[in-house]
Amino acid sequence: MTTLTDPPKEQFRLSMLLYDTRYRSATIQVIALIGFMLLAAWIISNTIQNLEALGKPVEFGFFGESASYDINQRLLEYSSQDSHLRAAFIGLLNTLVVAVLGCITATIVGVLVGVLRLSNNWLVARIMTVYVEMFRNVPVLLWIVLAMAILIEGLPAPNAFRGDNPTATMDLFNSVAVTNRGVYIPEFLFSRSLGDIHLFGTSSIRFDVSLDLIAFLIVLGGSIFTMRKVSAWAAAKQEATGDRPKIWHIQLGILFVPMIILLAALGFHLGYPELKGFNFKGGTHMRNSLIALWLALSLYTAAFIAEIVRAGILAISKGQSEAAAALGLRPGRIMRLVILPQALRVIIPPMISNYLNLTKNSSLAIAVGYMDITGTLGGITMNQTGRELECVLLLMLVYLCISLSISAVMNWYNNRVKLVER
Amino acid sequence: MSDVSFVRTEMLPEQAPPASEVGAIGWIRHNLFSGWFNSILTLISLYAIYYVLSGVLPWVFQSVWNANSLNECREIMMATWGSTHGHACWAVINDRWLQLLFGFYPSHLYWRPIVALLLLLVALAPVLYSDRVPTKMLIFSAIYPFLMVWLMWGGTIWGPISAALGFVVGWGVYTLVSKQLSGLFGIILGVLASVVWWLVISSYFASAMASIIPIGIEAVQSRQFGGFMLAILLGVVAIGVSLPIGIVLALGRQSDLLIVKYLCVGFIEFIRGVPLITLLFVASLLLNLFLPPGTNFDIILRVMIMMTLFSAAYMAEVIRGGLAALPRGQYEGADSLGLNYWQAQRLIIMPQALKISIPGIVSTFIGIFKDTTLVSIIGLFDVIGLASAIRADTAWNGIYWELFAFIAALFFVVCFSMSRYSMYLERKLQTGHR
Amino acid sequence: MSELAIEREIDRSKMQVSDEVAIEITNMNKWYGSFHVLRDINLTVNQGERIVIAGPSGSGKSTLIRCLNALEEHQQGKIVVDGTELSNDLKNIDKIRSEVGMVFQHFNLFPHLSILENCTLAPIWVRKTPKKEAEERAMHFLEKVKIPEQADKYPGQLSGGQQQRVAIARSLCMMPRIMLFDEPTSALDPEMIKEVLDTMIELAEEGMTMLCVTHEMGFARQVANRVIFMDAGQIVEQNEPEEFFNNPKSERTKLFLSQILGH
Repeated sequence: MTTLTDPPKEQFRLSMLLYDTRYRSATIQVIALIGFMLLAAWIISNTIQNLEALGKPVEFGFFGESASYDINQRLLEYSSQDSHLRAAFIGLLNTLVVAVLGCITATIVGVLVGVLRLSNNWLVARIMTVYVEMFRNVPVLLWIVLAMAILIEGLPAPNAFRGDNPTATMDLFNSVAVTNRGVYIPEFLFSRSLGDIHLFGTSSIRFDVSLDLIAFLIVLGGSIFTMRKVSAWAAAKQEATGDRPKIWHIQLGILFVPMIILLAALGFHLGYPELKGFNFKGGTHMRNSLIALWLALSLYTAAFIAEIVRAGILAISKGQSEAAAALGLRPGRIMRLVILPQALRVIIPPMISNYLNLTKNSSLAIAVGYMDITGTLGGITMNQTGRELECVLLLMLVYLCISLSISAVMNWYNNRVKLVER
Repeated sequence: MSDVSFVRTEMLPEQAPPASEVGAIGWIRHNLFSGWFNSILTLISLYAIYYVLSGVLPWVFQSVWNANSLNECREIMMATWGSTHGHACWAVINDRWLQLLFGFYPSHLYWRPIVALLLLLVALAPVLYSDRVPTKMLIFSAIYPFLMVWLMWGGTIWGPISAALGFVVGWGVYTLVSKQLSGLFGIILGVLASVVWWLVISSYFASAMASIIPIGIEAVQSRQFGGFMLAILLGVVAIGVSLPIGIVLALGRQSDLLIVKYLCVGFIEFIRGVPLITLLFVASLLLNLFLPPGTNFDIILRVMIMMTLFSAAYMAEVIRGGLAALPRGQYEGADSLGLNYWQAQRLIIMPQALKISIPGIVSTFIGIFKDTTLVSIIGLFDVIGLASAIRADTAWNGIYWELFAFIAALFFVVCFSMSRYSMYLERKLQTGHR
Repeated sequence: MSELAIEREIDRSKMQVSDEVAIEITNMNKWYGSFHVLRDINLTVNQGERIVIAGPSGSGKSTLIRCLNALEEHQQGKIVVDGTELSNDLKNIDKIRSEVGMVFQHFNLFPHLSILENCTLAPIWVRKTPKKEAEERAMHFLEKVKIPEQADKYPGQLSGGQQQRVAIARSLCMMPRIMLFDEPTSALDPEMIKEVLDTMIELAEEGMTMLCVTHEMGFARQVANRVIFMDAGQIVEQNEPEEFFNNPKSERTKLFLSQILGH
């Protein structure tokens, strides 16, 4: 290393804050930060003054008070004596229910429509195009309200099922009743049930977990684990001998036999809805609000997913399938081994952002009276307690948490895919 | 060994393909009945089309156009077809379509929103067809926002003029200071000067000028705004104002100044993470709390602010995509010529990034435009709110489908044509000189 | 590697090296993260010198000339360009950039501006030249690179060689005292390389100070007055072209030359 005399120490001048690349960025950042903090301080002080004038200091004690309103569509037990916090929790679960149902349905419909849009059957492709354009270009709120109107106006009332000569009949071997008060579907019952465990005592987020469900999940998990082992064995055999043994019947057996044994052991049977008096009793009652929201959200989102799927498949050049075909792979294998792995990489990130949109759009539940988190926390609770600031901010926080967890999944997936690529 | 040599002495004439491969029959064979599976699909599709059309077409066309109430409609239906089922009562649209389009805007002033809309197209022309429209037209595009506000709300012309002067003042201070001192100082002082003008001076200026030279048109209150006009107004304002904010946010997100970057990322992710309806709650319930005590401006303006912030976050992501699509060499080329950051952004980067982003911007606009229907939830009378209001009227109580069909058709026509336009732009971008 | 024949006689009358120092680099070091890309670079370039920098890819030669107009930041050492030290001071950076022209491998023309606008942009905005004067000057340089007729076209409508000549003209419009060339012919088809090299030779004949990173050894042999060979981030050998090609000293240089020239 050559010895080098240190350059003479420069005098610090004020103009260096602006013109020296070392200080310039710091200067700008400090100015930005000060500006931001001034803005935040201004807003906060305004808010405090305004709230004082209104006599509503910020506090969250109202969450413990009795909600005194009913939530008719719910997963867990709840009564109007329960607290606002409990109501919000039930609402959050309702949001998640409609989001999950919607995402699943939207994916199924969307993939189907996206693939059919590429069909070489001209008529089918056109019909699917009409579907996509129709749903994409009309506001989702209109679809939700419309779906609700169709359910209420277009479906028979429960009393249409009555009498010797009913004008309406139940569907699917008398197991499902579609009425203008909602859809009644059979519920799962166990005559030799294992019972429930009660979690979180009497707190607002208490809930019961059915041991039957846990047993079912354990058996299902075990089956899937075994299936993967069998599949790995088949792959190993293929690598060793070149022949892949036929395993699909073994796989089916592993999947279903333990499940059926378990269900029989627990005394599984269905509880069918029955018409009693003016209404149906028994079975699980899905209210119109839930169904309208679910249908509208999933059909609307499906239109977007269809476009993503179509674009994803089109993005894989024709050369890829031609090359695979030239190597002698059959169409099914080409799809599974060549096209899908590449298309999924294009498809999945925008698909997840559509799931995010669906979840956020589920807040429109308030338009049809479905009690999701917006309907409880941002609706009745807020109106009853008059705590707008607390309720709206909490509501935003809840959605933000949901969104951030979905984006975290997306980032994780993107990173994983990126690694695989290299 | 056979003789393999061959010489063609006569060229073969072109022959027509077999009849089953061309013409209508060939087309049908290829596209509809190319196998048993396709044939089944075709038959199912045909039946589905028949089923839908046989229900919808009579409803649409065997309908009542002139009646004053739903009951009257039904009477006419009974008299004509013998049943009320399966016939539309378009009389409600005939009766109320102006209200659905303009809300409660005074009917003798309908020309103002219409002129504003037409002028909007004129103002957009130099942006969208930069190659065919003279650049001087951009001056009109710059004036248009103030003109639009004046046309829509009416009142004295000095309000919008004094708001516009705020920009002029800021620009003047910026050019003065940046010549004397530095660009950064110029920006800061220019912004400060504008803010001072708007907050302190502009109202005095406007009222003084209004008393000296009173020029004005009839004022319209915001609460009279409604219907489809409100959707267009909210959409256009949100997109128009959010474009510059989105550019700043996108640049901030791309910058290597950590604090600036995280402030921008935080804002963008927060807005994109919450549903629009919660932001509208903020507009209707909280925004007045955030402002100095005593401030009270009307709900439409508050909704506009929140919609603008909402679309700014999405806009920022669209523009970020445009920026990312630019090759690194463009930045280096600008740097090597000695252009500074803002010159490079203004002359080299943004013109290209924005052009790439136009399809994305149009899609964002379509999204925002559809989302404007959400304001009905916080009690504004947009089309859906008006539909409920019309149903609340005893004359039309119980009417659903006709209103929904009309609203859906309005949105469909606008959104579909815009999405086609953005697809056309995308294709043009792909093939255009790059 | 092609050793492109340059047919015409080269006019060396104005190609004179003065004593005035154009660029002085002392003990310059640069790291990308923990990777030491440039190691202890010392280089003095006089006004009027034509220097070719050669070396295998990844040897840091592009990074070196990109440091000269602060496209890359160096971490240690001192760079003085035309009497101005390349420090953290933005004003110095702006000054140096407006006096040093740069031509890139991928041209980096601005696709949304016409050829003429590409050439007038920087003079108008950086040098504050009146538009008319800037356009006249741009036409002058476009004539010099022999494409005045393309002035109203857009970069996308031109061939690669034409684009690179526009890029040279664009730099010249700033009246630079030094020109940097970062592999100007590497992205071009063989028949286009010649037209760009011809332009560069003309520039050299007019006495421009030039630093070229290039693989065109014919150009180096005939035009350069000094060839610098870099490897692993350091200057391995520098010499006059005759000596450099005919009598390389270092083993590394011999290996490189045998790979690039000998078949």
